[in-house]
Amino acid sequence: MAKFNMHMLVCAGTGCRASSSDMLYENLKKELQEQGLENEVQVVETGCFGFCEKGPIVKVIPDNTFYVSVEPKDAKEIVAEHAIKGRQVKRLLYTDPVNKQQISDSKGMGFYKKQIRIALRNCGLIDPENIDEYLAADGYEAMGRVMTEMTPEEAIQVMIDSGLRGRGGGGFPTGIKWQIASKVEGEQKYVVCNADEGDPGAFMDRSILEGDPHSVLEAMVINGYCIGADKGLIYIRAEYPLAIKRLKIAIKQARELGLLGKDILGSGFNFDVEIRYGAGAFVCGEETALIHSMEGERGEPTFKPPFPAQSGYLGMPTNVNNVETFANIPVIYNKGAKWFSQIGTEKSKGTKVFALAGKINNVGLIEVPMGITLREVIFEIGGGIKDGKKFKAVQTGGPSGGCLTEKHLDTPIDFDNLVAAGSMMGSGGMIVMDEDDCMVSVSKFYLDFTVEESCGKCSPCRIGNKRLYEQLEKITKGQATTEDLDNLRNLCGVIRDTSLCGLGQTSPNPVISTLDNFYDEYLAHVEEERCPAGSCKDLIRYEVIPENCVGCTACARNCPVNCIAGERKQLHTIDQSLCIKCGACLEKCKFNAIAII
Amino acid sequence: MTKIKSLADLKKKKDDLQSKIALREKSDKPEGRVQVKVAMATCGIASGSKDVMEYMVDEMDKRNIDAIVTQTGCMGYCYAEPTIEVRLPGQEPVVYGYVDLKKADEIIEKYIRNGELVDGIIPVNYQTIEKNK
Repeated sequence: MAKFNMHMLVCAGTGCRASSSDMLYENLKKELQEQGLENEVQVVETGCFGFCEKGPIVKVIPDNTFYVSVEPKDAKEIVAEHAIKGRQVKRLLYTDPVNKQQISDSKGMGFYKKQIRIALRNCGLIDPENIDEYLAADGYEAMGRVMTEMTPEEAIQVMIDSGLRGRGGGGFPTGIKWQIASKVEGEQKYVVCNADEGDPGAFMDRSILEGDPHSVLEAMVINGYCIGADKGLIYIRAEYPLAIKRLKIAIKQARELGLLGKDILGSGFNFDVEIRYGAGAFVCGEETALIHSMEGERGEPTFKPPFPAQSGYLGMPTNVNNVETFANIPVIYNKGAKWFSQIGTEKSKGTKVFALAGKINNVGLIEVPMGITLREVIFEIGGGIKDGKKFKAVQTGGPSGGCLTEKHLDTPIDFDNLVAAGSMMGSGGMIVMDEDDCMVSVSKFYLDFTVEESCGKCSPCRIGNKRLYEQLEKITKGQATTEDLDNLRNLCGVIRDTSLCGLGQTSPNPVISTLDNFYDEYLAHVEEERCPAGSCKDLIRYEVIPENCVGCTACARNCPVNCIAGERKQLHTIDQSLCIKCGACLEKCKFNAIAII
Repeated sequence: MTKIKSLADLKKKKDDLQSKIALREKSDKPEGRVQVKVAMATCGIASGSKDVMEYMVDEMDKRNIDAIVTQTGCMGYCYAEPTIEVRLPGQEPVVYGYVDLKKADEIIEKYIRNGELVDGIIPVNYQTIEKNK
């Protein structure tokens, strides 16, 4: 058998694949074969490393060299230099944006320094399509131990003691949820994995399923054992093809080894998993809507109670947990509830995965202990704001969350603190905004999303959100009055208090939080008909600054509607009646001769 | 594929498979382990460092020594190839020259296991950039 003394881990998450990491993988294998090294160097496709900004990532073991932005054509050089001669390919190393130093080991990078990877422990370490690698990394051991050494009550107690709370957004204690489901009588019970990740910008669930699908399956079996269910369902959106493919492979492999199916590990306990596809509706992340969708009904929520634990899938007791929650569970049993509860804050234990996006240097997926501050996340892990601009706000919790500002930067992040600050944890999307982002437009963007995604069942959400959107549109066009602002706030309150499900109850949050934190900006739109960030097209115009214009014609040549006139070396002018305010002239001008007014 | 029928079966299977990813897990925390670097530049390979490298990897495994064996570039002692650098946990690295399989065996048994220095040490007589700071 081949004895590998070097491993090359190639990221095969969706992000890196989009940048041809699959070709890179093939090239590396081919190149190694040509050099006769195929029995010494192992190339492995792994899950997401999280540092998507610099993908595709290749990590070389054992010297822990972390290559970034690797292209398929770089395979030759990596093999020739690193595998044969033991020299790092310097040009592919990561350069710290602050001190401009090259860092070869990921442990030294600011992006990884403060991270604790629990849910993502195997992402970027093992091959998700090979169950042997998962087994080697303690896979299915927690399941085996729970089933042979613990009663369901004892196993649930571990969950309660760990303090794990649901990672899908609500933050309900997982152990308590299991306990309730275990006590309800029912001829058939179900375990459901909610993989309907819908927040714009969030992709932790997808990355876990792509990088470590077995951890979710293992946790579902444990969950089934605890509550007395022998069927598991994974509700995943059909637009995650790679996650679905890897999940199917994982289920097949687990069945072949008898880790799913009848009489698992001789315990007499049966459990099997099926996949159900969602059509990508945001509301189906809500557990009652999700269950209806799986039953073949319209994906609409129903009033709780009855909770799914009492009457869920096909009217039977059902326990629904999110992907990231499940991914935490095997480790908790392996390392103990006490170990887990030492990480985090008093009421929020463990870690949380966040998808960092927006105007930030290090875009990617991070897992940090609860209690870390926004400042640490944005300025240390995230590497600060792009192009040296000024931080303005960070949006957490997706369309149900709110915007946090400079004054919240030192708040420790956990479920309760985020709610107290007027936002929420949500599924962990984190979108960073700089001085060029108009907060009215940001809330309009989220409302646009909610209007689109509202299922239409209850009127506050269906009609109310549409009216909210129209009001915001009026403001961004400079046609609103101060009275409209008061109405806006009232309407938010009504929608929040009277909607049927979580979607409607939280949809006004982006508006409320921006009204609270950026009221000046709303006022500027209304009273002065001015957009301070310079982004609302109806309130701005592009002008040529005569002193700076040298008549190079760059703006005129790039204007898509030909509204800029002027001869070479003469002053140019913009015809405001034709201008579509696309900003192309501003971008092309090298002389700072175009300004937003 | 044969099914795994009990927890004991599962644990046995895990032990069998562990070596597959052991390298990845180990290299995450190199400080507490023996680190061996084999110079694998053209001069080293020509003098047989490839065999030494393979020998080191295999033997560490066979003799149950928790070590990371890596290759490195030319250390500059081309006259004494094959050369290897051994760093015991918490100690300064030591470079050995003219390492053949017999020498390698001696290094493993005497130096790595017992900390006894053996013949063939090349005194490191240069400074590296990091030390110069």
